[in-house]
Amino acid sequence: MFDSESFQSAWQIIKTEIPLAIWETFYVTVLSTFFAIIIGLPLGVLIVAGDNGRVLKIPKLILKAIDVIINLLRSVPFLILMIVVFPLTRLIVGTVVGTAASVVPLVIAAFPFVARLVESSLREIDPNIIETAQSMGATPFQIVIKVMIPESVPSLISNATIAITTVLGYSAMSGIIGGGGLGKIAINYGYYRYQYLVMIFAVLFLILLVQIFQSLGTFLSKKFDKRLKQN
Amino acid sequence: MIELKNLSKSFVTADGTVEALKDISLSINDGEIFGIIGMSGSGKSTLVRCINMLEKPTQGSVYIDEKNIGTLSSKQLRAERRNISMIFQGFNLLMQRNCLKNVLFPLELEGLKGEKAKQKARELLQVVGLADKEKVYPAQLSGGQKQRIAIARAIATNPRVLLCDEATSALDPQTTHSILSLIKEINQKLGITVVVITHQMSVVEEICDKVAILDNGEVVECGKVSDIFSSPKSKAAKQLVFPEGEQNILPRKENEHHIRVVFNGAVAAKTPFIANLAKNKGIAASILSASTKSIGKKAYGNILLEINADKTKIKEVTDYLNEFEDIFVEEVE
Ligand SMILES: Nc1ncnc2c1ncn2[C@@H]1O[C@H](COP(=O)(O)OP(=O)(O)OP(=O)(O)O)[C@@H](O)[C@H]1O
Ligand SMILES: [Mg+2]
Repeated sequence: MFDSESFQSAWQIIKTEIPLAIWETFYVTVLSTFFAIIIGLPLGVLIVAGDNGRVLKIPKLILKAIDVIINLLRSVPFLILMIVVFPLTRLIVGTVVGTAASVVPLVIAAFPFVARLVESSLREIDPNIIETAQSMGATPFQIVIKVMIPESVPSLISNATIAITTVLGYSAMSGIIGGGGLGKIAINYGYYRYQYLVMIFAVLFLILLVQIFQSLGTFLSKKFDKRLKQN
Repeated sequence: MIELKNLSKSFVTADGTVEALKDISLSINDGEIFGIIGMSGSGKSTLVRCINMLEKPTQGSVYIDEKNIGTLSSKQLRAERRNISMIFQGFNLLMQRNCLKNVLFPLELEGLKGEKAKQKARELLQVVGLADKEKVYPAQLSGGQKQRIAIARAIATNPRVLLCDEATSALDPQTTHSILSLIKEINQKLGITVVVITHQMSVVEEICDKVAILDNGEVVECGKVSDIFSSPKSKAAKQLVFPEGEQNILPRKENEHHIRVVFNGAVAAKTPFIANLAKNKGIAASILSASTKSIGKKAYGNILLEINADKTKIKEVTDYLNEFEDIFVEEVE
């Protein structure tokens, strides 16, 4: 399998296709996570702020609806979700294949996950601190913007890292049905054409990307945590 | 002036209703340092939280400067809360903000920004003696320093009332003393009315003008600290004033009676009443315990005597001693 001829051809593919694939995977992951945060962060905030009407008075029915929708989306396996949202993807991007098209299902799969992560970060805040802000006459909006989010920044960063690495995994999976990037290379060459070497390389680069995101996330989370004495 | 009128608060929990406050009426004058003392679970925190409506009373009303704050809209209530600051046992500082930014926080809430706000915050850090900690984060401060920052933050909006819920309970005695002095200083300089919640009599003795004793959700005694200290009437007050003692120190035989003598002020302190007792009544009393404290500027003494005599004789003794000025005597059961 690893004779010099097949090695040569594998190397050729790696050289010509991998750099673009890395870039595609990178931007799809970052873009999808970004949109997922845009949608998921406010939802997570609403869930925690609305809990028992402590910060925001949100009707119970709305909170329940958010909860159910998040659970629903979270329970559909990603590959099936991708197919289910084809009409929406076509509506937004104009096509269902290609790198850009995979952003839509990725965002839909990731925002409920992000909302849950945000929820868990915000729940870590000492409720006494929120109450102190209330005792000073802070508005609900000020409590969210000036207390809840800033106080949980370290935890939000480490959860964003979890989100981005998860999205990276999903984006690789999207290679099965039309998505681009390292996932597509791994499946096309490894599964359909038995070019295992190419697949191994694609996987190695996926691992490398996860490592980079994770290390960066851990570094930033620590850097921003003023509770740690060494700061 | 803070007036609580027939305040009641009950909590509905899984195992029934808890009546945390029962028909409480109190008034606290401007510029006063008012103590509210009671055992754990007596309702102190609930009471103080009703004053700024963090807890909505089930019944009754709270007036601050004749304004019924229970009837305010949420916007009006937020504005009113800038006049009623609060500090807590757990300090509750924002951990991701440095000291200066913590003090800036209430100013930001009011919309005050920029150099002017910073100037004010720096002055406040100066007032609490931590001007050098501007850039330091709360995690790097000691408990006493954290409470100082919390105090600076609490007075940033020039409140008329400062509520302190067990503000010194997490601190050692020396730090407690320094924080209490700071609170007193702020009270005197700025004329802020201070409500001090505590379970420690020593805190009340040190800074309060008046005190209310809370027992099981009720105010059982209320008045000047010196009066309550020298002649506590209720059981709860006695327990707080004489923590060592309603229970028997020594096993008592029949006809061994214990008598508590509390004297108040210098005149009483100079009266040789034990000698008088022996000379005039022929009674030999032995001292079981004795202590002196100063409250405000006066000396207060507290002596526990043991006398071997029958009931009628004891009555005679207590009547005799009670005639001295500023001496309060009672038998300890
Ligand atoms: N949110 C609540 N829900 C149910 N019960 C409560 C609540 N808050 C207070 N209580 C009850 O009300 C009573 C008074 O509580 P509170 O916290 O006011 O006491 P405290 O005097 O401040 O005690 P401590 O000295 O321990 O702080 C207690 O029996 C407590 O269990
Ligand atoms: Mg309490």
